[in-house]
Amino acid sequence: MITLTPRGHVPWQLTFAIPILAVVLTIMAGGVIFAILGFEPLETLYEFFIKPLSQPYQFGNLLVKACPLIIIGTGLVFCYRANIWNIGAEGQLIFGALGAGLLALSFPEVTSKWFLLPMAMAAMLAGALWAFVPAVLKVRYNTNEILVSLMLTYVAGFFLDWLVRGPWRDPMSFGFPLTPSYGDGALISALILPGIGRLGQLHWAVPLSFIVALAGWFVMRHSLTGFQVRVIGNAPQAGKFAGFKPDRVTYGVLLASGGLAGLAGMIEVSANIGQLQPNVSFGYGFTAIIVVFLARLNPLAVIVAGLVVALAELGGDAAQISLGVPKVVTGVFKGILLFMLLSGETLTHYHIRFGAAKLASKTQQESEHA
Amino acid sequence: MLDELLITILLTSVPLVFAATGELVAEKSGVLNLGVEGMMLMGAVAAFGMTLQFGNPYIGIIGGGIAGGFTAAIFAFFVLGLATNQVATGLALTIFGTGLSGLLGAPLVGQAIDGLPELSIPFLSELAVVGVIFSLDIMAYLSVFVVALVSWFLNQTKPGLVLRSVGINHDSAHALGYQVLKVRFYAVVFGGVMAGLGGAYLPLVLTPHWAEGMTAGRGWIALALVVFAAWRPYRVIVGAILFGAVTIFQLLGQAKGWAIPIQFMSMMPYLVTIFVLVIMSGSSRIAIGAPKELGRIFTSGR
Repeated sequence: MITLTPRGHVPWQLTFAIPILAVVLTIMAGGVIFAILGFEPLETLYEFFIKPLSQPYQFGNLLVKACPLIIIGTGLVFCYRANIWNIGAEGQLIFGALGAGLLALSFPEVTSKWFLLPMAMAAMLAGALWAFVPAVLKVRYNTNEILVSLMLTYVAGFFLDWLVRGPWRDPMSFGFPLTPSYGDGALISALILPGIGRLGQLHWAVPLSFIVALAGWFVMRHSLTGFQVRVIGNAPQAGKFAGFKPDRVTYGVLLASGGLAGLAGMIEVSANIGQLQPNVSFGYGFTAIIVVFLARLNPLAVIVAGLVVALAELGGDAAQISLGVPKVVTGVFKGILLFMLLSGETLTHYHIRFGAAKLASKTQQESEHA
Repeated sequence: MLDELLITILLTSVPLVFAATGELVAEKSGVLNLGVEGMMLMGAVAAFGMTLQFGNPYIGIIGGGIAGGFTAAIFAFFVLGLATNQVATGLALTIFGTGLSGLLGAPLVGQAIDGLPELSIPFLSELAVVGVIFSLDIMAYLSVFVVALVSWFLNQTKPGLVLRSVGINHDSAHALGYQVLKVRFYAVVFGGVMAGLGGAYLPLVLTPHWAEGMTAGRGWIALALVVFAAWRPYRVIVGAILFGAVTIFQLLGQAKGWAIPIQFMSMMPYLVTIFVLVIMSGSSRIAIGAPKELGRIFTSGR
């Protein structure tokens, strides 16, 4: 039996120690899994987590990989803080890519980079529109937003597939399911660092993702909006007494997170792919969920968490190429990491004791109350 | 043509019946397990691997059930033992199960197995049209039996009553001396075994191969089916057949050369799921049998 007794107060060190501990334990679990699979554990872990950072240009690629995770994660923080479980960010990302794509493909001759501004707006609008569905169904009919947002992800995927194979397909693509390539104005340029030049795939949207997270942190921490989100999430009754509108919060967080996921979709296509194809994301919408929990629902920490998770993604690719480790192992890591982080939450709020007698736990509780 | 259509609808609905019935029992005890998709995939890969290893699909069935049960036990450890958030832990289980099944299944990709044989029931299977219902495989029959068993267990037996009361008010159940966490553990593991069986059905009957993520959202649809069924076991069958029929529309459309693009056909099951969820959530949830403690953490008494 496991005995849980509530802690009187939460020591601040735990707040920082738990995510770190979770990552360390996950890496150790990873070593065990590699050993079971017949790979040399230390060598594989090196290949996974150190090698992808051994060249300067790889930092650029890491930032590029983290960019959509940070943007989506910032939006999801608001949802999860408000106790709204949007797990359909992947679908909202796809719709964002479609919204921006509609503009990009309609005006292929535009060369001005200002074009990216309306594209970003269109992407956020489309992503928010896709998140509006679970929002309105939740508010009007109390329909479970988890299932609706997830189902819509599948629908969005099929819709994109139809567009790039049907009406939006490039007639010159030799039958490949690809739209025409975006014009110059619709592409996000590489970021040239003074004195260094290009750093891998590093592009202009990466600094933007930091700004988004920073803005998210500011809103969550220092605005009435953020306060409302936190109160409605933690103590809905108290929120209602304070005159906050739970429905408005539901709409707000879902539309915001949908919009940000849409923005990430536009960035993915405009910076990395350059045209629409049946697959525009590598599960960023789902991976961002892990990022959010690693960041313990703090938008500022989402930056760090995004980088850590992005490293695991890059490591998965690298280890597959060099050692033949199946890429799906990254998924196992992500699952274990999330388990560890959630257990960490328990550790923050309770003393955990294995096999403790019931009587002992009761006296403990009493002494704490005294 | 009609026979074939009917049989395909039935076959597509079997995995959903298993998974949804299992989840129904877990939810009746007050635990929301969003890891159905992960448990189904673990069941599918285990069933495929065991069948390949032993050349016997019946061993595959057992392997699938056990794998699903163990995967659910992981969930139970965190949710019941460590009182973690059920929604997030369920997501973690799906991510973990999808990854682990892919990892275990990587060497199995591209291989084929002999699936479950048809077991025709004498005389009945010779009837016109409805005869196909009696020439299915053992798991299809088992799925109906399981639903009947669960319905009887929940409504006619004392342990079933205890399970439901734990889901309705865990503090009262605890005060009456029932071991809330123990009941929930059994319910969750049962749900996992059922999800594992549902997953096992995919490689054993529907497609004789293993493919990463081959459940394609069936676990999530099973979750929606529980809502559709208003937590009543027999309605799960009705819902599952309805979903089977929707899925089959795309095949029919292809065969008849309808002008609707295939992608729109493929969207149907997911759109219908949303539609059904909206209709069901319109009515009062408690009145239709939703467990009151669903998703709530039980910590009192420790």
